[in-house]
Amino acid sequence: MSKISEVFESLSKKNEAALITYLTAGYPTLDASLNYIKTLAQYSDMIEIGVPFSDPIADGKTIQFSSQIALKSGVNLVEILKRVAGLDIKKPIILLSYLNPLIALGIEESFRKMQKARIAGLIVPDLVIEESELLKELALKYSIDLIHLVAPTSDKKRIKLIGEATKGFIYCVSVTGTTGVRKKLPYKLLSFISLVKSIVQKPVAVGFGISHPGQIKKLSKVADGIIIGSRIIEIIRNREDLNFHLKRFKQATMRG
Amino acid sequence: MYRLPDKNGYFGKFGGRFIPETLMPALLEIEDAYRQLKEEKKFQDELNSYLRNYAGRPTPLYFAHNLSERLNGAKIFLKREDLLHTGAHKINNTLAQVLLAKKIGKKRIIAETGAGQHGVATATACAALGLECVIYMGKKDMNRQQTNVKKMKLLGAEVRMVDSGTQTLKDAINEALRDWVTNVNTTYYCLGSVVGPHPYPMMIRDFQSVIGRETKKQILEITGRLPQLLVACVGGGSNAIGFFYPFLDTKVKMLGVEAGGLGLHTQKHSSTLSRGRIGVLHGAMSLVLQTNDGQIMPTHSIAPGLDYPGVGPEHAYLKTCGRVQYTYCKDQDAVRAFKILAESEGIIPALESAHALAIGMKEAKKMGKDKIVIINLSGRGDKDLELVETRL
Repeated sequence: MSKISEVFESLSKKNEAALITYLTAGYPTLDASLNYIKTLAQYSDMIEIGVPFSDPIADGKTIQFSSQIALKSGVNLVEILKRVAGLDIKKPIILLSYLNPLIALGIEESFRKMQKARIAGLIVPDLVIEESELLKELALKYSIDLIHLVAPTSDKKRIKLIGEATKGFIYCVSVTGTTGVRKKLPYKLLSFISLVKSIVQKPVAVGFGISHPGQIKKLSKVADGIIIGSRIIEIIRNREDLNFHLKRFKQATMRG
Repeated sequence: MYRLPDKNGYFGKFGGRFIPETLMPALLEIEDAYRQLKEEKKFQDELNSYLRNYAGRPTPLYFAHNLSERLNGAKIFLKREDLLHTGAHKINNTLAQVLLAKKIGKKRIIAETGAGQHGVATATACAALGLECVIYMGKKDMNRQQTNVKKMKLLGAEVRMVDSGTQTLKDAINEALRDWVTNVNTTYYCLGSVVGPHPYPMMIRDFQSVIGRETKKQILEITGRLPQLLVACVGGGSNAIGFFYPFLDTKVKMLGVEAGGLGLHTQKHSSTLSRGRIGVLHGAMSLVLQTNDGQIMPTHSIAPGLDYPGVGPEHAYLKTCGRVQYTYCKDQDAVRAFKILAESEGIIPALESAHALAIGMKEAKKMGKDKIVIINLSGRGDKDLELVETRL
């Protein structure tokens, strides 16, 4: 069983959903982002680290902004993985990268370096299952969960295929849209998550647009995991109290 | 026989679909609809009627006798896509795609534009077919192509300024893709070149190949034989692929011309096929101008329509297998060719097309008088007058 699956299993026994927090590596600086990641690790069950990319088509303004700041300081995949390897974090770390930085470094070389950095899972937002052959075998070889996404536009047949292909968990995109904080989530979201759960026999984590404890609490009743990204970047950008917010986010994932 | 792409949208190792899952069902829907409509006589008749009676096809194949005489080499013919409605080959594609969008029940069309020609062509097709239209355009391009911005607005389109990244075509595509991810249920993305995820490169090539089919027929009628060389400019590559495609199974030589900008050593260029490496940009695996870390590089060209760090996957394939040769033309040489054609033939070409002209003229000079070179004049240069004025 993978490290990610183990976390979901133990949380499920405790009647909790997983809190998965995201930060773009290099935002606002590489050193600062690594420090923030240590803070995230204290409250979250898993950490998602984003590799900045110049053309992030699945992302909204907030993550795009953080990527641009990070890229200006010249961070790259090799440096990020080197520094992550030195982090003392027990929680599973998931890397999020668009495909091109992985291709540029060399796909096998990327996996080798990810393994060295103890990366547990990989999310590639521009990789659909039709193209997953590109990474699938190497992900298996290096024991890294290749996590696929489903969207509200995916039909039952696609949800089933994606569910079979994904490892660790299935990433359920909450909205037809890009990443970014939203005040309201679609009213059909809970039934969509339930539908995915009825088709896929793996943990379902939901992401995109989630920003406050009320939403987390509601979603945690159905989903196995909640992913928060843009909101974390906003908290850092607005110099809000990160510990305070993380504590509330995690509390909201506890059911009952 | 040349039969590409394969069923997954690959031209050799180039092509495919690299996009967020949200868009995948829409791409499958478009592919299904396209394959079905392609066989449907009614759709073809309707499209052909628009191309003929509205856009102005067939376009002439003109023997540029003054220019040929001046160069004292091969006979130069020009495929006059500049004479089409809206002034460029772009209208072939937009009429077809907007018609397809209408057939699958979409009411809203989005598009991106660099030079503004695709934006104007999309806005025009939407006006003619009665659909809502939103155009994304980089801030930098809006500044250098103000006439086209005015035209789009007049045609009833909403023009949305993109001020992120390089503020050119690349970022306009990013924003259009984000809009599409958000509004995919109601919206059709009318892509402007043979780039993007499958089926766009295949579908747009097919729509543009009317250029090459006509050229082949016309040159046989005029001269009784095929030419020795075809020359076209390549940004994303839609006019070039449309021009070349019907000749791929012949022995005719082909030359694609990219924007050399200030020179390939300066990094101020858009010569993807010369300097790009394999990568994924805007949904397809192709050659891409990128840093060692896989970040997409800023590009430069005097011609906004060529200012793009990627290229259609089919061109990447045709280069790799050697069927088509690719070269580049610098800004200043394009401006010179622009002026030469205006003076010698009374035709003002688009700066994009002037890149193909410059190289076509250079090649023709080296060839015997019995040889034939056809240059695709993909668009007209009204939009570029102010830009060129500062360079002359």
